[in-house]
Amino acid sequence: MTGILKLNISLTVGVVMAVGLSLMAGRHWIPFDEWLSGDLRSIVILQLRLPRACVGVLVGSGLGMAGAAMQGYLRNPLADPGLFGISSSAALGAVVSLYFGYAASALLLPIFALVGAACGMGVLSLLVGRSGSLTLFTLSGVILSSLTGALTSLLISLAPTPFASSEIVTWLMGALVDRSWDDVRLALPFTGFGMMALLMAGRSLDALTLGEATARSLGIDMRRLQWLMLAGVGLTVGSSVAIAGIIGFVGLVVPHLVRPLVGSQPSALLVPSALAGALLVVLADTLVRVLPSVSEVRLGIAMAVLGAPFFLALLFRMRSEIA
Amino acid sequence: MSRLRADRLSLRLRGRTVLRGVSAEFAPGTLTVILGPNGAGKSSLLACLAGIVQTESGGVILGDTSVLDMPASRRARHIGLLTQNADIHWDIDVRALVALGRLPHQGRWGRSAADEAAIDRAIARTDCVSLIDRRARQLSGGEQARVLLARVLAGEPEWLLADEPLANLDPAYQLGAMACLRAVADSGIGVVLVLHDLTQAARIADRIVMLHDGEVAAAGTPAEVLTPDLMARVFAIRAHVGADEAGHPLITPLARTV
Repeated sequence: MTGILKLNISLTVGVVMAVGLSLMAGRHWIPFDEWLSGDLRSIVILQLRLPRACVGVLVGSGLGMAGAAMQGYLRNPLADPGLFGISSSAALGAVVSLYFGYAASALLLPIFALVGAACGMGVLSLLVGRSGSLTLFTLSGVILSSLTGALTSLLISLAPTPFASSEIVTWLMGALVDRSWDDVRLALPFTGFGMMALLMAGRSLDALTLGEATARSLGIDMRRLQWLMLAGVGLTVGSSVAIAGIIGFVGLVVPHLVRPLVGSQPSALLVPSALAGALLVVLADTLVRVLPSVSEVRLGIAMAVLGAPFFLALLFRMRSEIA
Repeated sequence: MSRLRADRLSLRLRGRTVLRGVSAEFAPGTLTVILGPNGAGKSSLLACLAGIVQTESGGVILGDTSVLDMPASRRARHIGLLTQNADIHWDIDVRALVALGRLPHQGRWGRSAADEAAIDRAIARTDCVSLIDRRARQLSGGEQARVLLARVLAGEPEWLLADEPLANLDPAYQLGAMACLRAVADSGIGVVLVLHDLTQAARIADRIVMLHDGEVAAAGTPAEVLTPDLMARVFAIRAHVGADEAGHPLITPLARTV
């Protein structure tokens, strides 16, 4: 127990340091003593880089915790928060707003994305009903995910102008560019409630280690767990897609990074995964900003490029255990 | 302590009738073995007794409350279930796994000293002390079976229901597990087992419930139930019933009758 606490404290310190680093780094290096100088540099820090770092923390922690909970719920180390189709529903919502070119307010796109996520959650709960069946839930999610993915492709192919379709494609790659405090304010309550729901599911996820029948014999209500998972994954993933687009790999990789440090017990993984997810996203976002490229590398792409070899190395190390 | 009773229990699973009006009564402090051919409904009866399946008609009554109407956490404190070939999906510490048995008792903020003491007792009782520092999935099948038994005992239920608890165990550990289950029953807990091995059942059981096609074919002491006639009727086998040095029946299936 104390080991987990220590890890959480060091991860928190790591997140704070990463945020500090990401505030300094960028096209122009702004060292700590100039942050509050009162001129243009402090505007850059307070109005551009700080909200961007906060969005990174929200997205990373939400995705990290959702990934850990999903893997626990499905008892499958390959599960990813995108599996329930919430992220592609949210993406569809955002793409609809891009397709019709709604640009009256910067907040319209994230709101459309949240509505998309909410519709996805509604459809899922209708499909699953009151059964509490894990297979039905997963299959419904997979169906929802492929349907919304297909509709998104349809909108791209029907886009009225080449500009709109390229805008959609770029947005889908996910990034933290030009985020404002409005985005943080919009996503914070959703991510917060979602993470609370996931934390409430922790003990039930532990019981699922021994399978569904044993979990039920331990007094676990599978229907309650299903609602908690739907709300938790839906809110965290929906709000993260709304403010940052689709950023893959975080939810899948982070629990694997944390497992060697805290053991495999699902409930023990939740908080460290959130912190490690935040750390990873903020660091990766700092990296894409300082890379000497003409236009900034999209975070979603950078994440996959960084994540894939890392995951491969991990698999290589685990191979002896699995085989 | 109260009795556990199946009252005219009927159950349909995937359109097939699995149990037909099964009535049986189980007493605290006794060890009952449910026997029967494959597909006779043994595991289903156990799941009904544990209150984790919704029955079609009839019910399971603990004392004077219906098990299905009990709040889940209260039911879980009274009745512990050890499922057949239970998978351990994550490679967690043995102690953490045994501690899962305390979930129905735990308060909001984790385990109390009483919980820890119950976990230690369960580990000692099942001979798992030497496994305590290991990871659950690194254990052999037999070691996993013992740890899972410790998991149920950690919950200190009034009723222990176990589906094939002796499968995967070598003969020495089978005898060890049987002695452990016997001791559990002698300490006042009601034990209900599903077994396949007739001789093991005859050796360990106080009472036997024989199921056949979802109905109770016979119930009583091993000597009353395990007769060559009944085995011919239920299993369609010819069996020799001998006796070991302690007078327990030794049952040897000889040939199929059909």
